[in-house]
Amino acid sequence: MPRPALRLAVELDGDGAHPAAWRRAAHAPGELLSPRRLARTAAAAENAGFTLVTLDDSILPPASGAGPVGRIGAVERAAFVAASTSVVGVAPVVATTYAEPFHVSSQLSSLDHVSAGRAGWVVGAEEDPSAARAWGRPLVEGPEALAREARDGVRVVRDLWDSWEDNAVIRSVATSRYLDRERLHAVDFTGETYSVKGPSIVPRPPQGRPVVLARQGLVPAELTDVALVGGTTAKETGAAGDAAKAAGVPLAFAEIEVALDTPRDTARERIADLERYSPWEERPGRLRYTGSAEGLVVLLAELAASVDGVRLLPLVLDEDLSVLSRLVLPELFVRRLATRPLPGTTLRTSLGLPRPASRFATATTLVREETR
Amino acid sequence: MTRTDPTDVPRPDARLHFGVFFQGVNHWTIWSDPSSGSQIDPASFLRVARTAERGLFDAFFLGDGQRLRESEGGIHELDVAGRPDSITQLSALAAGTDRIGLVSTSNTTYNEPADLARRLSGLDLLSGGRAGWNMVTTHNAWTGENFRRGGFLDHADRYTRAEEFLSVARAVWNGWSEEAVAASADARSWSVPGAVGRVRSRGAHFDVDLAPTLPRSAQGHPVIFQAGDSGEGRDFGARNADVIFSAHGLDFDDALGFAEDLRRRLRAAGRPEGALRILPGTEIIIGATEKEAEEKARWVRLEQVTPAVALGIAGRLWNIDLSGRDADGPLPAEDPVIAEYTGKFGSSRFRDTLATVAEWRAKAEANGWSLREAVIELGPQRGHVGTPAGLAEKFARFVRYGAVDGFNVSPYLVPEGLDDIVDLLVPELQERGVYRTAYTGTTLREHLGLAPVE
Repeated sequence: MPRPALRLAVELDGDGAHPAAWRRAAHAPGELLSPRRLARTAAAAENAGFTLVTLDDSILPPASGAGPVGRIGAVERAAFVAASTSVVGVAPVVATTYAEPFHVSSQLSSLDHVSAGRAGWVVGAEEDPSAARAWGRPLVEGPEALAREARDGVRVVRDLWDSWEDNAVIRSVATSRYLDRERLHAVDFTGETYSVKGPSIVPRPPQGRPVVLARQGLVPAELTDVALVGGTTAKETGAAGDAAKAAGVPLAFAEIEVALDTPRDTARERIADLERYSPWEERPGRLRYTGSAEGLVVLLAELAASVDGVRLLPLVLDEDLSVLSRLVLPELFVRRLATRPLPGTTLRTSLGLPRPASRFATATTLVREETR
Repeated sequence: MTRTDPTDVPRPDARLHFGVFFQGVNHWTIWSDPSSGSQIDPASFLRVARTAERGLFDAFFLGDGQRLRESEGGIHELDVAGRPDSITQLSALAAGTDRIGLVSTSNTTYNEPADLARRLSGLDLLSGGRAGWNMVTTHNAWTGENFRRGGFLDHADRYTRAEEFLSVARAVWNGWSEEAVAASADARSWSVPGAVGRVRSRGAHFDVDLAPTLPRSAQGHPVIFQAGDSGEGRDFGARNADVIFSAHGLDFDDALGFAEDLRRRLRAAGRPEGALRILPGTEIIIGATEKEAEEKARWVRLEQVTPAVALGIAGRLWNIDLSGRDADGPLPAEDPVIAEYTGKFGSSRFRDTLATVAEWRAKAEANGWSLREAVIELGPQRGHVGTPAGLAEKFARFVRYGAVDGFNVSPYLVPEGLDDIVDLLVPELQERGVYRTAYTGTTLREHLGLAPVE
């Protein structure tokens, strides 16, 4: 039986993956922070047929030195994108290193409501000690502590999503009861560094739980829907995908930085142009592809044997998104190597993930699962 | 009713400002009516916001609450509960509206300034300068159980924290100079060297050090709204707020007294009189005739104060569980139980319980009211009832005498509860020259007629 086709995600933060991408952008530098530009980029990704857009974030400036130091919060951008699109999934990066899990839960739950079930969450970690000073919180230091805050944060957030059963709002005119309090649950989380009582202040999200994406190894497999994996070669990346699946994560997406040939310049020329300003440093755990659209299709076909999807990080959004949209995605769809999301479906449905029941749901209140 | 001669009043050119409060989480929102829509569906929010925009309202408000209310030993079941995170919801509405201000009620006790200032700034940029921030504080440990910091702040500390919070937020908003971003891709760097300042602040509540990540919006930074009726709350507002969201909008003399008190505090804080707008919250019930309006108001009250709601309200006043009693029978014969105020219901409405109960008994007896009728008649009163023309006359007087600058309207039905006001009342106000006939600016600050941010 052939594997299901690839799902395609694209990162839309800033002007692209290269720190000097802004120099090749099709707009003035300040326009990067305008709603117009955000809506236009998101519409391009949706029209191209991507299943998901992701939006990177941190409380710290996105770049140092000559690069852009401005960025609107990812949740705010995601909500705006959700309201200006209709099919594509939207996943902001949110770190729970210093943020309040209770707020994070409400924000992502609300994103799922405003998008009618198209929300995802890329779990982040604030590794730079400056983030602690910006937040005004005690420093979380070292991989172990960062993983602990990520794990506890995801656990609390997911529990809060479950804290309202699907049918908690009963609107019983006969008894004057809007809610059934028996279908609302305190999460009573107690971790090493904090506790959270619950329940959520937001009714259960349309998807039950928005889709949780995390770099492989950051949070436990049972708390992750999609592992983001990578390697320096296609083979290594495929193996990382296999490992994530073996660990029990339902889906694995390969992360690939892409620089494509455009009608005007080759990918190599474009990179060379940007390298005059700053180097494009290799990120461990991220495959990089440089070359023609056809070559990228071949690479994705190869990866399709071991991963369920890819997250592309284009060199320069204004240039590469156009090539992806005109040459790469159509070819993938024609060859049935990838699928585009259907209108009216949730992100979970687009990804082939089931809608989870609330972990608090009791046998008597468990109703037939529906996707809206 | 005679038409007020606008030349004979203190503020003949005053214009009324309207905001709309997207209701929920209280018994004033009627959820039992068949026309009542979802309180969480994005379509409901968009419908109300677009109706308000059609009615040339200044602002659309969302409330806040970081823990569900409880009563009788469990989560309160009778009223609408559950709402979206306000900045997230408003960021979505920024894409679906063009002019209306988008005001988030956000808590200073359980947020951190750099994070919240950045989120509000993002909303301000995404909406083209239409963001507002209704600053609120929390002082109960009970809400704190949902947060890392836990615990609670006493009444005085929550305002010192709020003030320090706002000062950090303003520093974050003012961190970038006007020309902070390079004009072209040929520049040496994306940001103009030296144009992005660092915020370092160390006070009693915060110790932060950061590089802000956002420029100023078309209106500079979000408009500051504040409510708070205590002396400290009023002083805080007079020092810091652009708009006061008050509970003094029902009775003319009461509203004028509040406004004069605030203006006194404003002058004492060294700010010009025009620096503050006062928008009391109100419900508006409209009928084609006075009689029809009164009948509608009666229906609204009965829908709002169901027997169970009446028993709940009286139960909190008496501090006795009255569930299971007959709401259509007499008032409880027992004396109220006086307990320490726990802050659990977030209201100190019934401060002088004994006096209140005595008054309720006397009035109920004199008028032959049942418990439910007493709650309807004597419980907190909500708003203005009348014909479009009558209400327009009344509101014109309120604003021209400086008792209010406008109203923050709470529709009793979502999402269509604003339609009457926009379709029937707004034209009457326009005819009297007391309401705008078009948006003249694009930002919330411009709608409110506030001076630009320095």
